[in-house]
Amino acid sequence: MKEHIIELKGLTKRYGALTAVDHLDLNIHKSEIYGLLGPNGAGKSTTIRMMLGLTEPSDGTVRVCGIDSTTHPIEVKRRVGYLPDNVGFYDNRTGLENLVFIARLNRTTELEARQRAKELLSRVGLADAATKKTGAYSRGMRQRLGLADVLIKKPEVIILDEPTLGIDPSGVRDFLQLIVQLSREEGLTVLLSSHHLHQVQQVCDRVGIFVGGKLLANGDIPTLAKQLFTGDAFTVEAGVQFSQSDLDEKSLLQEKLQRIEGVSSVVVNGKRLYIGCSYDITPVIARTIIDANINLTHLSKKEYGLDDIYQRYFEGDTVYEKIA
Amino acid sequence: MKKLLNTFNFKERNTTYLHPFYVLVAKEIADHIRSWRFIVLLLLILLTCLGSLYTSISNISKAIEKANDPDSGFLFLKLFTLSDGSLPPFHVFVGFLGPLLGISLGFDAINSEQNAGTLSRVMAQPIHRDYLLNAKFVGALVVISTLFFALGFLVMGAGIIIIGIPPSPTEFLRIIFFIILSILYVAFWLNLSILLSVRFQQAATSALTAIAVWLFFTVFYQIIINVVAKAMMPTETANPYEVMSYQKLIMGLLRLVPSQLFSDATTTLLMPSIRSLGPLTMEQMYGAIPSPLPLKESLIIVWPQLTGLIAATVLCFALSYYSFMRKEIKSR
Repeated sequence: MKEHIIELKGLTKRYGALTAVDHLDLNIHKSEIYGLLGPNGAGKSTTIRMMLGLTEPSDGTVRVCGIDSTTHPIEVKRRVGYLPDNVGFYDNRTGLENLVFIARLNRTTELEARQRAKELLSRVGLADAATKKTGAYSRGMRQRLGLADVLIKKPEVIILDEPTLGIDPSGVRDFLQLIVQLSREEGLTVLLSSHHLHQVQQVCDRVGIFVGGKLLANGDIPTLAKQLFTGDAFTVEAGVQFSQSDLDEKSLLQEKLQRIEGVSSVVVNGKRLYIGCSYDITPVIARTIIDANINLTHLSKKEYGLDDIYQRYFEGDTVYEKIA
Repeated sequence: MKKLLNTFNFKERNTTYLHPFYVLVAKEIADHIRSWRFIVLLLLILLTCLGSLYTSISNISKAIEKANDPDSGFLFLKLFTLSDGSLPPFHVFVGFLGPLLGISLGFDAINSEQNAGTLSRVMAQPIHRDYLLNAKFVGALVVISTLFFALGFLVMGAGIIIIGIPPSPTEFLRIIFFIILSILYVAFWLNLSILLSVRFQQAATSALTAIAVWLFFTVFYQIIINVVAKAMMPTETANPYEVMSYQKLIMGLLRLVPSQLFSDATTTLLMPSIRSLGPLTMEQMYGAIPSPLPLKESLIIVWPQLTGLIAATVLCFALSYYSFMRKEIKSR
């Protein structure tokens, strides 16, 4: 049993008639990187604000590091670093001054604050820009300064709300690597919210899919795929050439394939076969097709990524209805 | 100089941390004195201060010659009140520019932090939410107090050098009370603008609203009261009691305005011969010798004004406190 550092139980937030977060139950383990994935307006930021005690929940409880965030927000905020989306800095102050200010709000002496700020600035690669005013920082630099800002209080948990928004692709990669590296070094628990699946897929140990205030699925990516695409976690696509308009050949092959253990569905679409199976049996499929004396042009295994999961939930409304 | 500062900070630097509230206050003060808007206002106030000092000093010799002036014993106070009509005296200037100063220091207190995205960052730190609001108020108040005390003492110093007469202890105390009153008056406008900065998203909206309130109270309110007064004017045959209650009503309506409270209070403090702010009957006047009041009596006269100003300030602060504590902190 892993230690739960963030525990949400039946968490609900209503704004008038609108329910932003609906009876959310979620546990996040110590020192894992957890990705909260969902479209805009799914209630991710509201959930995060409730974790920090910045917003009062309508119902349910939030416990972070074993402390109730609603009744003891100060204790929670001492242990949790939070990077809001679209973070702002005092533009007429330098990066160093901004960091020192936050450090001193966390009850450190000025001397210690300066030392730690300088150290963190060089770790996030901003040592050269330390004495520049933050008004002159680029988007990527601001985001890195934000990370230093979060780490300066020596947190146990860091919560990053849309940390990669508005950074270019290579900047995103560097930034995510920085997050992973820093969190592994310090043994931090990281919660990051995003609507960019690929980024989440790259760095997160576990992912939760959050739509309309509800957590629809939760787990690592293979588990998630299994959970969502029950029965056919794998789809094998086979390109075949039947001899001239031989309908018997087609149905015979379909029958043969269906008989293989683990195959749940076979769909023929012109020259293509889509074979759904519960585990990886690509070699068996290949052999069956060749044994049936049919020309095989190509064979590819389709694995489900977050993209498909995303598609299935956020764009296919009917599918979403069925599962929810 | 740096060495000197370091010795002051020694204890804090090595052993203890500064309480987060004072970190916030220090940041507010630094922000104010670095900002252009404060520098511009400071220059404006300094200029008007010099101008009014000049007119009062150039007219002071004429004031001494007036034989039957009950305030003639308080020559030094005349530095703050005397004018030949070309430029208003110092206390009128303070009454005019003070609100502007208060508004300019507070109108973007909360909404600029919200719009810059720094509010949620600061609120994510382990501090109580009201620290920020209180620090905004205390920081601006410290700046205002320093400014007014410096200004008051500068005028006094210049007065001593130029006219060569030092102020008597009562005069000195009256000036100190006048400065405290001015700070209180500016604090009211500061709180009003902080309240508006909590309520309105845009800094421009809150600034304009604050200025509109100020203009309404300084210009239009008097006009409205005049119209009302004319409409309600008692007839010539009315008995004295009716005239008396009419006067009281009009005065009461006028005193709903903070600027009226301030000017009533300052004139009483700076002109010791003023013995009442309301109407006086002939019986009350009969036998009275036109002589200055002691400081304590003057303070008793302005006590209601003082209480009113404090009440208005506290009310504004309470409202902004309430709405800030209930406000949901969203990022940008």
